[in-house]
Amino acid sequence: MSAAEPLVEVRDLHVEYPGRDGPARAVDGVNLAVGEGETLALVGESGCGKTTLARTIMGLQAPTSGEVRFRGEPLVYSRRGMREHRRRAQMIFQDPTGALNARQTLYEAVAEGIRIQGLEGEEERLVADALSRAGLRPPESFFTRYPYEISGGQRQRVIIAGAMVLNPSLLVADEPVSALDASVRGEILALMLSLVREAGVTVLVVTHDLGLAWNVADRVAVMYLGRIVEIGAAEELLTEPRHPYTRALLSVVPETKQMEPQILKGETPDPTRIPSGCRFHPRCPVVESGEAARLGIEESCRGEDPLFLPACHAVRLASSDEHEAYLHER
Amino acid sequence: MTLLEVNDLHVTYAAGSGAPVPAVRGVDLRLDVGETLGLAGESGCGKSSLAAALLRLLPSGTTVTGDVLLDGEDVLTMKPGRLRAVRWTELAIVFQGALHTLNPVQRVGDQIGEALRLHAKGGGNVTKRVGELLELVGLPARRARAYPHQLSGGQRQRVLIGLAVACEPRLLIADEPTTALDVMVQAQVLRLLEDLQREFGLAIIFITHDLSTLANICSRIAVMYAGRIAEQGPNDKVFADAAHPYTRALAAAFPVIGDPAFRMRPSGLPGDPPDPRDLPSGCPFHPRCSEAIEICPRTPVELWPAGELREAACVHVSGAPVPR
Repeated sequence: MSAAEPLVEVRDLHVEYPGRDGPARAVDGVNLAVGEGETLALVGESGCGKTTLARTIMGLQAPTSGEVRFRGEPLVYSRRGMREHRRRAQMIFQDPTGALNARQTLYEAVAEGIRIQGLEGEEERLVADALSRAGLRPPESFFTRYPYEISGGQRQRVIIAGAMVLNPSLLVADEPVSALDASVRGEILALMLSLVREAGVTVLVVTHDLGLAWNVADRVAVMYLGRIVEIGAAEELLTEPRHPYTRALLSVVPETKQMEPQILKGETPDPTRIPSGCRFHPRCPVVESGEAARLGIEESCRGEDPLFLPACHAVRLASSDEHEAYLHER
Repeated sequence: MTLLEVNDLHVTYAAGSGAPVPAVRGVDLRLDVGETLGLAGESGCGKSSLAAALLRLLPSGTTVTGDVLLDGEDVLTMKPGRLRAVRWTELAIVFQGALHTLNPVQRVGDQIGEALRLHAKGGGNVTKRVGELLELVGLPARRARAYPHQLSGGQRQRVLIGLAVACEPRLLIADEPTTALDVMVQAQVLRLLEDLQREFGLAIIFITHDLSTLANICSRIAVMYAGRIAEQGPNDKVFADAAHPYTRALAAAFPVIGDPAFRMRPSGLPGDPPDPRDLPSGCPFHPRCSEAIEICPRTPVELWPAGELREAACVHVSGAPVPR
C-alpha cells in the first residue's frame, strides 16, 4: 500500500453485544487501514466478527471503544453525520431478494438513495446511468419492472446499481455472491472488478469464500474470533499462508488441491468466552500435535495474547530464527 | 451390483391455469451399491425435482413417468405401505436447510427416536441407539436433549445426517447438504459422509450447484441442464477435461487458488437458465454457449459417447452422429 492516507482506518476497535452470559466480544481489538482504490477481502468463519466489523465501518453499529476514521476524520454518529457517510460509503448484502422491496419498481429501488440525499433534479439520468453501469441495458427497459420479474443475478445487479448511484468512495459487500448460482457468481464478481477499475471505488468484501478473494482482492485479512490474525497481499497470503488458522482454512477449500486437508475440530468458539492466550490455541494444530511443546512455546500459546501479525507464537519464533540464521550467515 | 436404475424419468409440474412445467425431461441414471454419484447444475436445472421424484416426495398433481428401480422394484408404483417401509430403511434424504427440516419444539434425540421407533427393523434400546447415532455423526450423546435452536448450523446438519442414516438405508440422497455451511464445517460434513460411505457401504447421490465440492467425494459426476443430463463420466475425467462447454463454464466459476489464470479474472456464464416451458430449439444450451456453431439451434442433442465411460450431449463430442 502507498504512503498516501488510507480511505478507511480502524483503530483498536472493540464492539461488544450485551448477553446473558456477559458481553459477546464480536470485534475485539481490530486495527485496519484500507487504501484508496484498494479491494480488501475480510475472510473468516461465521461468528468471527467480520460482518460486525463491516457494519461498524458503515456506521450501522457504534463501537464500544476505539474508532473508525474516514479520510482521517472520525465518523460522526449524528443523523446528519450518518447521512453524509451514506453518500460516500454504501453496503450490499448477501440476499438480493430480501434487500429489494417486492412492491417497488426497480427504478424506485435505485432512486431511493438519490431522494434521501436531495438530488432529485438529475434523478432519471443518474438511475439510468447506474443501471447501465451495473450491466442492465438498456436501462429504461428495467424502470417499470418489479423484482419478481428478473433473475437473482439481475436483482444483485439492481442492488449494486442502487449502491453505486451516488458514486460512493467505499463499497462494503457482505457475501455478495454466496446466495447466487455458480454461473452468476463470476458475472457479479466481474462487475465488481469493473466498478473498481472504472469508478476507482474502494471495496471491502466480507466473505468466507477464499476463491472469491483470489478472484477480486488485492489484500486479504483473516479474522478469527473478533481479531485479525493475518493480513497480506492476496498472492502471498493465499499461496503461502503462515498463520495455522489460515493454513487450515485454505487446506479445506476444494479449490486448492495441493494441500492435505487439515480439518479443525469444532466450530468457532463463543465470543462471550474468548480463550486466554492465543484465542486459536484450543483448536490449533500446532498446539494439538505437540509441535508447540517441542518448540517450547506452549505456555505462551496458552497464556500470552499474540498482539502481533501474523498472530501466532510459532510463526514469530520461526521468523526470528530465520532472521538469526540470516544474520549468522552474513 | 446395481442398486438404483432410473429409466427415462420425466417430472412435470402442474401450474394452475398456466402451461405445465417440465422440470425433468428424460433422465437415465445407474448407481451401484456403495457408489457415490455427484449431480451438479444451476438452480432450476431439475436436480432437486429428480431427487424428490426418487423418493416420491413431489406435490400431488405432478406427473411423473419412467421407472425408478431400487433393487429392481419400481418405487413409482409401490403401494403406500411398501413405500413407507422403503423410505428411511432403504432410501433417505438430507436437505439443505437443517433449521427448517427439524421440528423446532422437539428435542433432536426424540426426533431421531421417533424415526427409529416407526421405521427401524428389530427392537433394541432406542435411547441407546440415538446416543450411538449422535456419536457416529460427531456429536456428544448428551446433545440428544438439545432443541434445534440450541445447536449451530453444522451441528443441525449433523443431526439430519444422523436422522437419515438412523435406519441404515442403502441409498442416501444429499441435496445441497453443505451449501449453507462455513468452509471448515463443510469440510467436516463432507468427511463425515465419506466415512459413513466407507463404513456402511452407503450409496450417495450428492446434489449441488458447486462442482468443486464434488471433487473429492464422488466417483462419478452427472451434470444437468434444462431437465436433462448434459454430461456424465468418471469424476477425475470430468474435472480434468470436461466434454461439454456447460461443464467447463460451471467448473471455471470456482477459481483454483494459486492459479494465475483465475487471478483477478472471475469467470461466469452469461445469461440465465432457460424457462422450462419455453426451451430453445436444438441444443437447449446453445444461446449461452461460447462454442455454439451454426447447426446447434437445429440439432436435437442427446448423450453421445465422449471417451471411455463418458457421455455428453454436445455436437462437438467425438461420438456425435452429426456432420461437422
